[in-house]
Amino acid sequence: MRLSPDETILWQHGFLKLNATIVFTWGLMLVLAVSSRLITRRLSTGLKRSRWQNLLEIVVTAIEKQIADVGLIHPKKYLGFLGTLFLFVATASLCTILPGYDPPTGSLSTTAALALCVLMAVPLFGIEERGLGGYLKSYVEPTVIMLPFNVISELSRTLALAVRLFGNMMSGAMIVGILLSITPFIFPIVMTALGLLTGMVQAYIFSILAAVYIAAATRVRRPEPAPGATQ
Amino acid sequence: MDSVTAVALVSIVIAGIATGFGCLGPALAEGRAVATALTSLAQQPDASATITRTLFVGLAMIESTAIYCFVVSMILMFANPFWNYFIAHASGK
Repeated sequence: MRLSPDETILWQHGFLKLNATIVFTWGLMLVLAVSSRLITRRLSTGLKRSRWQNLLEIVVTAIEKQIADVGLIHPKKYLGFLGTLFLFVATASLCTILPGYDPPTGSLSTTAALALCVLMAVPLFGIEERGLGGYLKSYVEPTVIMLPFNVISELSRTLALAVRLFGNMMSGAMIVGILLSITPFIFPIVMTALGLLTGMVQAYIFSILAAVYIAAATRVRRPEPAPGATQ
Repeated sequence: MDSVTAVALVSIVIAGIATGFGCLGPALAEGRAVATALTSLAQQPDASATITRTLFVGLAMIESTAIYCFVVSMILMFANPFWNYFIAHASGK
């Protein structure tokens, strides 16, 4: 049984392989970029707007409000990174209603790449906000003894981000595959609908966790226990 | 019983046990978390946004343990490294 879309190889030339994960990721990037470009080409500030502009405004302001709720003071600054994460993961799971499509987030390579982006972004935002010394000092709080544990938690939460998204996406596809072979056709449809819901929740959780990590790294005042900031 | 059969038997049994116990703990924990969150929501409906967001983040943390067990059992079932090793070993002989 296939565990991930990595194993579907569409094109091969020498050691260059083009698997389904890469192709679907490129497709999603193309859809997101081109549609955003088309929608934002003719923006209006008056009362009469296109419906697509309304849709995009709802999405952007909702993401911005969620980021502000987590405790980041300038949500616009983080909107590009966190919004991209959310939109990519959400679109990847929403497109599962298309036949023949495998979500690229169902491959550990994609989710590991996304989690590595978060691992890189957290120190960058932290250093930008608090300075190099201030950020490095957060590793030895409250005492120096906590240094290895802080480093381990940084790595383990990256692993948790990657495996959580991968596990959820992969299990959705796998359960549908198993049910197809043993039950009438109606049950896989129900599980697919449930998978859509799970995908949206996972996209929300992925971006909110990234926001929480960034908020914990950029907090200038005395840190208060943020939800999930310790894992 | 040769080694391939032993590996297959142990893998299947352990995969079932791992998924079973791996779902048991997070299910209890998620039930407690949701019940407490509902109580808080009933007491303070104004704080629903904060409670819901914290609940989702917490549920994701709890659920990830179940996901780890699931991934481990999937690896045991469908991508077992020991199994592949013994099969390669047996065919090589």
